[in-house]
Amino acid sequence: MAELKASMAGSVWKIVAKEGQSVTDGQDIVILESMKMEIPIAAEEAGTIKELKVNEGDFVNEGDVLAVIE
Amino acid sequence: MIGKILIANRGEIASRIIRTCKKMGISTVAVHSEADADAPFVGLADESYSLGGSRVQESYLNVEKILEIAKDTGVEAIHPGYGFLSENADFARSCEKAGLIFIGPKPEVIQQMGNKVEARKKMEQAGLPLVPGFSRPLIDAAEAAAVAERIGYPVMLKAAAGGGGIGMQAVSNEDELSKAFEGNQKRAQLFFGNGDMFIEKLIEKPRHIEIQVMADSFGNAVFLWERECSVQRRHQKVVEEAPSSFLDEETRNKMGAAAVKAVKAIGYSNAGTLEFLVDADKNFYFLEMNTRLQVEHPVTEEITGLDLVEQQIIIASGKKLDFTQDDIKKAGHSIEVRIYAEDPKTFYPAPGTITSLNLPNGDGIRHELAVHGTSVVSHFYDPMIAKLVVSGESRDKAIERLRAALDNYKIEGIKTNLPLLLEIISHDAFSKGDTTTDFIDKYIKKLTV
Repeated sequence: MAELKASMAGSVWKIVAKEGQSVTDGQDIVILESMKMEIPIAAEEAGTIKELKVNEGDFVNEGDVLAVIE
Repeated sequence: MIGKILIANRGEIASRIIRTCKKMGISTVAVHSEADADAPFVGLADESYSLGGSRVQESYLNVEKILEIAKDTGVEAIHPGYGFLSENADFARSCEKAGLIFIGPKPEVIQQMGNKVEARKKMEQAGLPLVPGFSRPLIDAAEAAAVAERIGYPVMLKAAAGGGGIGMQAVSNEDELSKAFEGNQKRAQLFFGNGDMFIEKLIEKPRHIEIQVMADSFGNAVFLWERECSVQRRHQKVVEEAPSSFLDEETRNKMGAAAVKAVKAIGYSNAGTLEFLVDADKNFYFLEMNTRLQVEHPVTEEITGLDLVEQQIIIASGKKLDFTQDDIKKAGHSIEVRIYAEDPKTFYPAPGTITSLNLPNGDGIRHELAVHGTSVVSHFYDPMIAKLVVSGESRDKAIERLRAALDNYKIEGIKTNLPLLLEIISHDAFSKGDTTTDFIDKYIKKLTV
């Protein structure tokens, strides 16, 4: 089980994967937007998305959990 | 002279414009988003009005609301600052239609110079040297590859309507080009609503040197020397200085004369900047023109003694420039650093709440601030929260003062790029003036991840 965490504070611009979806190492899961910059947050290992912890438009702080991958 | 101005902007530049207006006895109207309700610039203006939401589309890009407030408050002119609506020809036209003075050039000139392909064509006609490349938008990746083959790799892929490094990428072979073309085109379409791309020869190890011009509506134009802005990251300027440590007097005067000739050719008025790449042999190539006041204008003010905002207002009031090229002095050396709310290692944005702010003081130190000691730095806007401008009689003296000022600059509560700035200006290569555009990649690697 791995937690996918936000690497910066910002709003969730897009969620590009779904719960239950198989993902590969390096695949983008969530795109954060902050201060005119978009940062894709990618899976650090292959697995299945067990839970998405955020919705589009949510504000997250650095370190907040975005998704759980198992 | 204009008696009342609305400032259609936020942050340090709004405060900066208000300061000059107060000096000139001009009344000011600030407009602000919800997120900026407690920002310093709001309190500085004579009147302030909320634009509504916090997102830029709801606030600083809300043309209808801005014009409505302008009408209700009886202002004569709108100063757009930089960014937001400052290079929006439609906005300038809407101001004209509403009977308001847009403090900037004519809408048709903004439009012409806002499109890189158009600007390139115009500047070529005016006799400016251009980087070898293409003069019309590319049809597709295959055409891009054919052009790249002709002018030779490496090449730079650029969005015609781009800015801030978006839609721009250096490419060193055909494989990279085909991958980069589509991605950058999509990004340009998303950000600017225009996916037109063009390509030019990549000038290796260049300097980014720009010429500040000022022109009135009577056909008079002067150049206010140059600024060197070569220290950049992700094509965004971090350190700017005037004069350049690299140019000799002959090249400086040649670039200035070319810039003046070009702005006269396009019927330009107000403040503007022509950006150039300068190669190791001091050949210069036109890049683009910014038809507005620039972030780094203070270093020009410091070495010339002129207030550029004041000159903009004088010109917009329909008056002639009251000085000629021979009257413009160049004294001392000035360096500006941009202070960003960002992680100094990753460059990721770092919004949050400032809990303490202690600014250095002393001879030759100037602050342009967007924040105060308890400001909330919102994720909705640009990460630049302040500019530190330091001047001295020589470049060495300016660097020495800047280093001391950065050492004593304290911002708590958020991450900032202050450690990165200190690292840059303390580097031996910076002291020597070895500041090509790859400076950060080349010398400051240990801070980046």
